[in-house]
Amino acid sequence: MKIQEADAKSLLVAQGLPVPGWEVAHTPAQARAAAERILATGAEAVVIKAQVLVGGRGKAGGVKLASSTDEAERVASAILGMEIKGITVRKVLVAAAADIAREFYMAAVLDRAAGRILLMGSAEGGVEIEQVAVDHPEAIVRHHADPMLGLLDFQAREFAFSMGLGGHLKAAVAIAKGLVRTMLAYDADLVEINPLAMVREAGPDGVTVERLVCLDAKVTLDDSALARHPQLEALRDADEEDPADREAREAGLTFIKLDGTIGCMVNGAGLAMTTMDLVKRAGGEPANFLDIGGGARSDKVATAMRIILADPKVDAILVNIFGGITRGDEVARGLIEARAVQERDVPMVVRIVGTNATEAASLLEEARFETAVSLDEAAAKAVAASRGAAA
Amino acid sequence: MSILVGRETRLIVQGITGREGEFHSRAMAEYGTTIVAGVTPGKGGRFALDGSVPVFDTVVDAVRETGGNTSCIFVPAAGAPDAVMEAADAGIATIFCITEGIPALDMIPAVELVKRAGARLIGPNCPGATSPGRAKVGIIPGSVHLEGRVGVISRSGTLTYEAVQAMTDAGMGQSTCVGIGGDAIIGTTFLDLLQSFEADEETDAIVLIGEIGGAAEETAAAWAADHLRDIPKVAFIAGRTAPEGKRMGHAGAIISGGSGTAASKVAALEAAGFRVAGSPTELPTLLRDAGYRG
Repeated sequence: MKIQEADAKSLLVAQGLPVPGWEVAHTPAQARAAAERILATGAEAVVIKAQVLVGGRGKAGGVKLASSTDEAERVASAILGMEIKGITVRKVLVAAAADIAREFYMAAVLDRAAGRILLMGSAEGGVEIEQVAVDHPEAIVRHHADPMLGLLDFQAREFAFSMGLGGHLKAAVAIAKGLVRTMLAYDADLVEINPLAMVREAGPDGVTVERLVCLDAKVTLDDSALARHPQLEALRDADEEDPADREAREAGLTFIKLDGTIGCMVNGAGLAMTTMDLVKRAGGEPANFLDIGGGARSDKVATAMRIILADPKVDAILVNIFGGITRGDEVARGLIEARAVQERDVPMVVRIVGTNATEAASLLEEARFETAVSLDEAAAKAVAASRGAAA
Repeated sequence: MSILVGRETRLIVQGITGREGEFHSRAMAEYGTTIVAGVTPGKGGRFALDGSVPVFDTVVDAVRETGGNTSCIFVPAAGAPDAVMEAADAGIATIFCITEGIPALDMIPAVELVKRAGARLIGPNCPGATSPGRAKVGIIPGSVHLEGRVGVISRSGTLTYEAVQAMTDAGMGQSTCVGIGGDAIIGTTFLDLLQSFEADEETDAIVLIGEIGGAAEETAAAWAADHLRDIPKVAFIAGRTAPEGKRMGHAGAIISGGSGTAASKVAALEAAGFRVAGSPTELPTLLRDAGYRG
């Protein structure tokens, strides 16, 4: 699950990491009030950042500076309501603009290949970190946490020194350890700080001092672990979750909406992707990825059908089930129930093989469903049905 | 010989008294797998599968009393990593974890402990393995198989069944079919199993079923280019048309350094001498084209 920058920052603060203060505003007036409070503390300007769960906010014009309350209101009203990669901006983060001396990159991430937590850092922070990884892989420092003991002090020190942060060793070590601690505390699979900034601040006696702070934060949570962190469920952004996605998630289905016309219902992620690939290969466009999971019962199948049909672009449906844990007759019953109540009649091609396929076949025949034996045949029939419907 | 499972398999089922555990234990026994024990804490002393299989409280008891060498885990996600570690600690050599939905960070110490014990973990979130005609451990439907000499490795569940069914329909039997699991942290990789198949005298050809994400297919392909030159081998990659960026942010892209796409996997496999199918049903034909005569 992705969470917003402001929520990610709250998690970092709770784990003791240095994050400059911020406020969240939903309206230009709220942004103005926030800017007024922040400017009153002596800040020369505020930064206003779109809160959306997609990257590239800066490039899209979703991050802007403002040096007065009027300007803050104007900038916020331009950003609020703006679309970034198809997502409407509904809130902004307002914070004091930092005086940045240098930008770094630091992240803790689940390294699948190594089966460990990987700490990554670079002295070349800023936006284009993927490009750095491709062009100058040597500019990225990597350390694996111990699988049993986590990130040890000496590892964090080595990491900090090799990032060129030896002059701020204590702070850098604390942040590195804090990232891993945040990951473990919330079952995150990514905790990313970009930029980790060296900022100039007025010290207690008026002398300018440098301090390492987390200026941006990105945290993604392991969906499999959310059950043991019920408080994190509140961070799910209802504004950015499509109603169909929510219904699917609550029913235990994995659903990703696409742009095509052929609705797909499949059991298993690999087979669902394959079904999409074969629809495309047969000349059609899949309308969605939908995995009903293992052992799905008839009510789950009916929910899946409702979600697929809610997309007005869908003009044909392909059901592909290879029964293992899932029983073919359960799916067939679900399809029959769903068709009895559905409001829109769309041609459907059903392929059910594996566990209880024979029982499924007789149920489907009785209910006069169009069926297919092989996956290729099913894809071809669904594409033909979609073309017929479009013609 | 086959790999991972065979006639020498003496299986302990962890979670045998649960709904899934019992259902699939029955199917495994019907297939001919030797199930020597079940383990459910608190139910030691009872018998499962109509009185035919003794149940123990701990894996170590089950191993001592029955000589089990393989375990299959149907324990719910919250307890599954512990079940894996318990099996490794009790001296089980081959551990299959079928359970899905295990938090990824829980698997890191479990995988490490298995490695230190010198055991092998398949999964989690995997369908298990079948050596047709000998034994099956896990949930792959027995009906899809045919005895033969093709080794099948897959990251998926139902897609494995699809590919194996296509092989069987074409009369191409299998030595062993293994699903390694789709989770982020798994015990055994494509590379590990290619090495096992290479050493297996009863495997003459390889089918590899991968999918987008990570770099496991690329890593396996790089090894195969040097070590599996003369073995007929085919592959299929799921997700050629899947939209990008649905899973991870910057850091994920950094780890894989641009790999992880279907195009990158197909290119790596083809460079290593795999013939890559556009549909699972094409696998048998491509394997013939690659020179397999089994």
